[in-house]
Amino acid sequence: MDFKSSDTITGPRTEDHLPHTAQAAVKIVIVGGFGVGKTTMVGSVSEIRPLTTEETMTQAGVGVDDNYGSDTKTATTVAMDFGRISITDQLVLYLFGTPGQERFWFLWNGLFEGALGAVVLIDTRRLEVSFDVIGRLEERGVPFVIAVNSFPDGPHYPVEDLRTALDLSPDVPIIECDARRRASSRDVLMTLMRFLHSLAMTGSLT
Amino acid sequence: MTPPQRQRRQPAEKAPPEPGKKPGEGKIPERLYVLTGATEDGDRAELDLVTLIVARSDAPQSATPEQAALLGLCIAPLSVAELSAYLNLPYSVVTVLLTELLTAELVQARAPIVRQALPNRSLLEAVMHGLQKL
Repeated sequence: MDFKSSDTITGPRTEDHLPHTAQAAVKIVIVGGFGVGKTTMVGSVSEIRPLTTEETMTQAGVGVDDNYGSDTKTATTVAMDFGRISITDQLVLYLFGTPGQERFWFLWNGLFEGALGAVVLIDTRRLEVSFDVIGRLEERGVPFVIAVNSFPDGPHYPVEDLRTALDLSPDVPIIECDARRRASSRDVLMTLMRFLHSLAMTGSLT
Repeated sequence: MTPPQRQRRQPAEKAPPEPGKKPGEGKIPERLYVLTGATEDGDRAELDLVTLIVARSDAPQSATPEQAALLGLCIAPLSVAELSAYLNLPYSVVTVLLTELLTAELVQARAPIVRQALPNRSLLEAVMHGLQKL
């Protein structure tokens, strides 16, 4: 991680500059198991080439004698891919997704706290890999929708079977999508926004 | 064919802090500071991944290479996440650099809109309208 003045920093391309009128940004987090298509979804709707930000975290070893001190800490780098959509000249939407281990995202301070909501991307071939992440969102009270990324060789469950298997409340939207397609990914985001809007209308958005 | 079955969870009650531990100690991982002189206890500005940063002036002579690079990048507004990506530096290191630049009034931070206790329907409608144009 050396940083020399001679290093060439490649900044945004001119066409990727936000206007000076950009005042505020909101974010949506795309979560799901490894390889389910989160980065694909970010890339399909982003106006910029997806970028990667990372955080280095240390965790004290569990059940290790204190005598070992800081040597027992393990450093973990958590990387997140993200993209951007300009909503208006003033407002920008950022989408975050990560190929990393799910439990670390929840240690990333502020990632979920300030987010409008989350998209849980699931693969019906490995439904159970999304169980933990859905539970963590429920525990944190982050509103979310379920997007089923369609893989040709995946089992096709009726939506209500999925709702039962995922033990979701009746109001949580479930939508099928193809994360590679911009229009389809956009529809997933629209579904989340409509859901958030309905929560706001009923006053249940916290 | 029956899919695997999950059990629903409830929003967690705020757990009382463990006795003998300061707030922030324990589950929250420590951040690594490598490039900056800041200590772990140093105050840092409240910065979100999507706080927009804009340079207020050119880099002064006294700026470090990292500060100069950062100032050069945010001639136009850029989020903290984008700065981290372009500088190839961890998010927490960028927030420390930005805290120094904010203190020196070399950059301006435009606060993000976060999900609030009160619903903000007009914000949601603005985002929906923007997405429809995609």
